[in-house]
This record gives sequence, structure tokens and C-alpha cells, in this order.
Amino acid sequence: MSRLAIKLPGLSMKNPIMPASGCFGFGREFARYYDLSRLGAIAIKATTEESRFGNPTPRVAETPGGMLNAIGLQNPGLKKVLSEELPFLADYDVPILANIAGTKTEDYVKVAEDVSKAPNVTALELNISCPNVKEGGISFGTDPEIAAALTRAVKDVSEVPVYVKLSPNVSDITKIAVAVEEAGADGLSMINTLLGMRIDLKSEKPVIANRTGGLSGPAIKPVAIRMIYEVSQRVSIPIIGMGGITSADDVLEYFLAGASAVAVGTANFVNPFICPEIVDELEQKLIDKKVDHISELIGRSWKSCYSPSLSH
Amino acid sequence: MIKEWTTILHQEQIADKIYELTFEGELVERMTAPGQFLHIRVGEQYMPLLRRPISICDVDLEQKQCTILYRSEGEGTRLLSKKRVGDSLDILGPLGNGFPLDALQEGETALLIGGGIGVPPLYYLSRKLVERNIRVKHVLGFASKKDAFYIDRFNQLGETTVTTIDGTLGYQGFVTDYVLKENPEYDVLYTCGPTPMMKAIEEQLNPARAYYSFEERMGCGIGACFACVCPVKEDPTGTEYRKVCSDGPVFPQGVIQL
Repeated sequence: MSRLAIKLPGLSMKNPIMPASGCFGFGREFARYYDLSRLGAIAIKATTEESRFGNPTPRVAETPGGMLNAIGLQNPGLKKVLSEELPFLADYDVPILANIAGTKTEDYVKVAEDVSKAPNVTALELNISCPNVKEGGISFGTDPEIAAALTRAVKDVSEVPVYVKLSPNVSDITKIAVAVEEAGADGLSMINTLLGMRIDLKSEKPVIANRTGGLSGPAIKPVAIRMIYEVSQRVSIPIIGMGGITSADDVLEYFLAGASAVAVGTANFVNPFICPEIVDELEQKLIDKKVDHISELIGRSWKSCYSPSLSH
Repeated sequence: MIKEWTTILHQEQIADKIYELTFEGELVERMTAPGQFLHIRVGEQYMPLLRRPISICDVDLEQKQCTILYRSEGEGTRLLSKKRVGDSLDILGPLGNGFPLDALQEGETALLIGGGIGVPPLYYLSRKLVERNIRVKHVLGFASKKDAFYIDRFNQLGETTVTTIDGTLGYQGFVTDYVLKENPEYDVLYTCGPTPMMKAIEEQLNPARAYYSFEERMGCGIGACFACVCPVKEDPTGTEYRKVCSDGPVFPQGVIQL
């Protein structure tokens, strides 16, 4: 078996690398540049019941080591995702993690019910944390009980495993993680973007039209690593790690923290070929490190049974 | 579109904050459509993180050389202006859709109106139109004499009028003031420049046939991040949009809400 193959609920992956939701559209743009079947999985852009235009521009602003975005969940809506976007992806040998969003529990339930029936959707990713949308979103992910209730409602109707994407904009992320695990989540995605703002010195107003935006990119990696390190010791469901991954070394760090797979987000915007490049680089890293299978690394940073200093 | 490490052959300041940079690379072979752009990574570090979209000003397909003009304004273009001859430059491109050349028949006239750093892509366009025996007229607007560039080059291709807001060079006023007053004849109008200028062109000149090249803050440059979306004109649903990077940057008259 390949060193990189990973099997998680609903996701039989050739390698642990997937593009993160919102950073890859529905794959069409990248399909022009490389074979999408090279990816471990694809997390598609958040789907809502109705189509959404999203927020006014400017929607992005650069920051040291990262970027703020407030796209506002622009997407063509459930019907078109089912009739146009998912069939396009069906031509590739790659499992789809369908990210779903909404403003009311009923919206999530409706989208979950329909999207989970699509033949190539093998798992759902529940966006309870997107900080960009003014209405709703944020409230689901910041309260353990509300997050758990939503997870339960979606689990009741979904025909595929459900990953809950956690918001880092909380004081204790382990509480939310434990609550959604108890509510039946099959896995976690973490972390979503960190709420941030930039102010323009000329206009003296926020740069982004929505005022606040979600911070992503290398700047947030240490926050994500810390949170995965904490959460992975408290839950038994797998974690898809994300936040600022730009290299195979970053992937190794996420696995050591406790992730079982990773998603690459902002780096796709800088280098459209980054995901297949990391896959190739990762294989070589494992060979160099004499690691037979990447799963050996999961949570090694906190597991007491292994200490690199004693192994020599 | 390909991503390539190209080599810088020339870098020179040609006006206030305006730089001319020529590089060489295999990807130049693909730059056959004027109006496309390049997405340039100015450094290998994380600040700035994103690429910078910069339009193609001129291309030598045989020599595989491309020239870009840019204004050193923010951190990204400031770093770009520090690059030396011989340095490598990470470029993704060419991206987007250029100006349609077949909008005109041989012997017809094109009016090219550029404003500020929107002028450069019109140079390659003008050259291509002249190659097809299309008559070209240029109206180039700048804030002031110190900001003006490439006037002689445009002059070699066709009738060229310069306008400056402060009157330090050429006609004093906006490009639209000049066109309204002199009323030059043309069949198709091509324009690139600041949005207020293009809005004035649409509203005041009301051209029958025109192509506008848009500029919008971009993330990925390939259509994936949804940063550079523009609402379309007369859309009752309010959800229709075009991405400047991958659907544009050039759009025909009447598509985008200016």
C-alpha cells in the first residue's frame, strides 16, 4: 500500500491532500492545469439552498503572511451545484467533501439531504463557522449546544459521513469539538478563518467592504496547530487540518499535531499547482524520514509512547 | 496558462513611479492576444503573499520577450521595481481574455482611449490592429506631464492625442472632454483605465461598439477565489456576475455595471 493513502469516514484518499473549501471553486479552473484525480479529495465551495451573489468588493485584503477575505459564500445554489458542478467532478476519480452552509437549521438540513444523495459526494463538511456572512453562520459555531443541535439535525438526514468545520473564533474550541462529536459528527475540519480587519490609512475606513474578513494563510498556522493539538487529545474522530499549509513540511507538522488529513487553502491562489506539488514532495519526505506510512505520524507530538530523542 | 521562472532583461523608470520591465521566457509564446495579463509573484517570502496582476504592454514572439509597464505604488510593485537585470521572476500567465481584434474590418478605424496605468495594454493592441491594416487613433490621459509615457511609440502607430488634467502636456482636461469636443470618427472604441474614466466614456460618449478592460482587486487570477467579481448590468435577480480575471478583463459594451 502507498505511504500516503488514508481512509477516513467517507473519504478513501490516495493521499492526505485536498484543496480547502472556498479556495478551489468547484474544481473547473484547476482542472485546466492538472488532473484532479491526483488529489486525495476535493472540498468544494460552500453550497447554500439559494444562489448567492456574496458581499460587495473589495472582498480581499493582503496581510503579513496571509489574507483577509469576505467573499460571502458566493455560489450558484443547490440546484445548479447538483445539476452542473457535481456532474463535472464525477469525471474524476476523487471523493468529494461537499461543504454546506446556511442561515437556519432548515437550510442546512435541506442542502444536506439533497447534496448527500449525489453519487460522487462521499462526505459532507458542515460550515458552522464562516465568519463572513452577516446573518447566522457565526452563532452556530460559537455555542457548543447550538453546534451540537445543528450537527444532529444534519446527521439525521445525511446519507454520508459528516465533518464539522470548527471556528477558531471561540475561547475554548475543545468544548465545541466534544459537543459535536457527541452529537454524532464523523470527523472535524479545523480551522476555519480567524476574524480580522484592516483599516486603510487614506480613507480611514476598513479595507474590506464587509468591514471584517476571515484571515487565512501561513499567518494562522500556529493557531491551527495548537488547536488541533488540543482537540485531537479530547476526541476520537479524525481531524482534517487546515490553515496556512504551503509545503510538505507543513503537512508533517499538522499530522504530528493530530490531523489525519489536510486541506490546502490560500496557497492555491498563489500557486495553482501547489496541491500536486505537495503530494509529490510529501512522498519523498516520508521516504527520507523512513516513515512507512503517514498515519504513523498522527498525534506523535503528544503521544507518550513515542519520543524521538529516545529512538536514536 | 503556465507558471514559469522567467529572466529579467531590462528594467527602467520611464515616468514618475512608472517602470518598464522586459523579461524572457517560454510562456511569452502564448501571448498572442493583447489585453491579457500576467500574475507576478514579486518575492518568495510571505509578504506580500499574493501575486500582482499586471497587463502585457508589448510582446516579441520570436525573441520570446515581453514588456510590462507598472506603477510602483504599494509594497508588491515597490519590490518589483527593485529587481535587477538577470534576476528571475515567477510569472503565471498569460491570463484572461484579451481585446477582440476581429471586431474591425481592414480599413476601419479604432479609437483607443487609455488612462494612466491603463495605457500599457493598448500599445500591444494598437500594434496588432495596425498589423491588420486597421487605422488607429489614440487618446491617452494622464494626471500631469510627469506621469506621461510611451507618447512617441503610440505616435509611430497612429494619430495620438495626450490629455492631462493639469494641462502640463497636451490638451487640458479629461479624455472624454477631448473626445466630446473634437468628435473623432471611429468604428470601434477600445479602452482601459480607471473606472470613473470608463464610466464617463460609457455615459458621455455612448459608443455603439466598445470594449472595456477592467481592473479589480484580485486574489488567484484564475477564477477560483471570487475576489474580483463585478455585477452585470440590468440583472433583475441581483445574483449575476462576471469574474474580471477569468471572464474578462475585457468585456464588450453593456455587460458590466460601471
